[in-house]
Amino acid sequence: MTPAVQPPTRRQHWMSVLARASGQELAALAGPLPPYTRLRGPEAGLVMVRGRTGGSGNPFNLGEATVARCTIRTGAGTVGHAYCLGRDLRQAELAAVLDALLQDPASGPAMEAQVIAPLATAQAERRAQLARRAAATQVQFFTLATMRS
Amino acid sequence: MTLHPGFADPVLDSQACFRAVLDAMSRPGRIAGVAFPDPPPPLDPATAAVLLTLADAEASVWLDHGALAAQEWVVFHCGAALAAPGQATFGVALRPVPLAGLQAGTDDAPELGATLILQVAALGRGRRLRLSGPGVATTATLLVDGLAGDFVAEWAANHALFPRGIDLILCAGTQVAALPRSTRVAGG
Repeated sequence: MTPAVQPPTRRQHWMSVLARASGQELAALAGPLPPYTRLRGPEAGLVMVRGRTGGSGNPFNLGEATVARCTIRTGAGTVGHAYCLGRDLRQAELAAVLDALLQDPASGPAMEAQVIAPLATAQAERRAQLARRAAATQVQFFTLATMRS
Repeated sequence: MTLHPGFADPVLDSQACFRAVLDAMSRPGRIAGVAFPDPPPPLDPATAAVLLTLADAEASVWLDHGALAAQEWVVFHCGAALAAPGQATFGVALRPVPLAGLQAGTDDAPELGATLILQVAALGRGRRLRLSGPGVATTATLLVDGLAGDFVAEWAANHALFPRGIDLILCAGTQVAALPRSTRVAGG
């Protein structure tokens, strides 16, 4: 039995957007941040990326990836986490602070409009542009079974 | 309840704390100092630092009733699994607990004996223990406030199991002392 796939929650959505943004983008959009305490990191380390083999679906280790992570606590006591591919420690720290601010009902909606919405739009734009460039080089192959005989 | 930070510099701070525990373990009776700025209540700085230094994802930790308030912090920072006292690699207790309740290892694998991190009221004052054995030239004296009344007899039973047995790390404030299972303890 595989668990049913749930649509991403709002928090999963903003965490994925923050993980794809660069440290510079985050610093520019977030503006001044409230004081916070670092609970762990920011630090870079390795995680094992696991894939599934075709057919049987057994897990196998695809390879290791570098990941930066950070956990912070705001003055209000909200804990924010961030895991980002790569070793941009500044990005991980800012993403963790933003995760905490986004969870806070007082600052969350404003932060979502100020940071997450423009980043999500820019990332969707980049992805669509990449897809268009790739689509232009697409080649269709035909196999005519009748020519073989 | 809010989550408290771990070591500011995980590598250097845990190495410094490991060195302090090593000093205390290899010279029973010696009191070593450990700094830790923001421990999670109700743990003392030394208790938190020792736990953070020794316990990791491959260890299992048992917290006694008083220490349970720090459960979230232990799980987050050490990554260790929580276990019953009879299965845990490390025990953390804020009050004296029966040593016989922790795993003592086997004759084939005495290294499986648990380490009890006991937070006591004070080190350097209180009840006088006379220590002898490996790491002590003649006898050493350790003053501890906050041990069980029958500790000397209980420790004699633990020492008699050697090479099995549990090791004891005593923490109070920022001070650490240790009684490895090889140490003999006499009262008075």
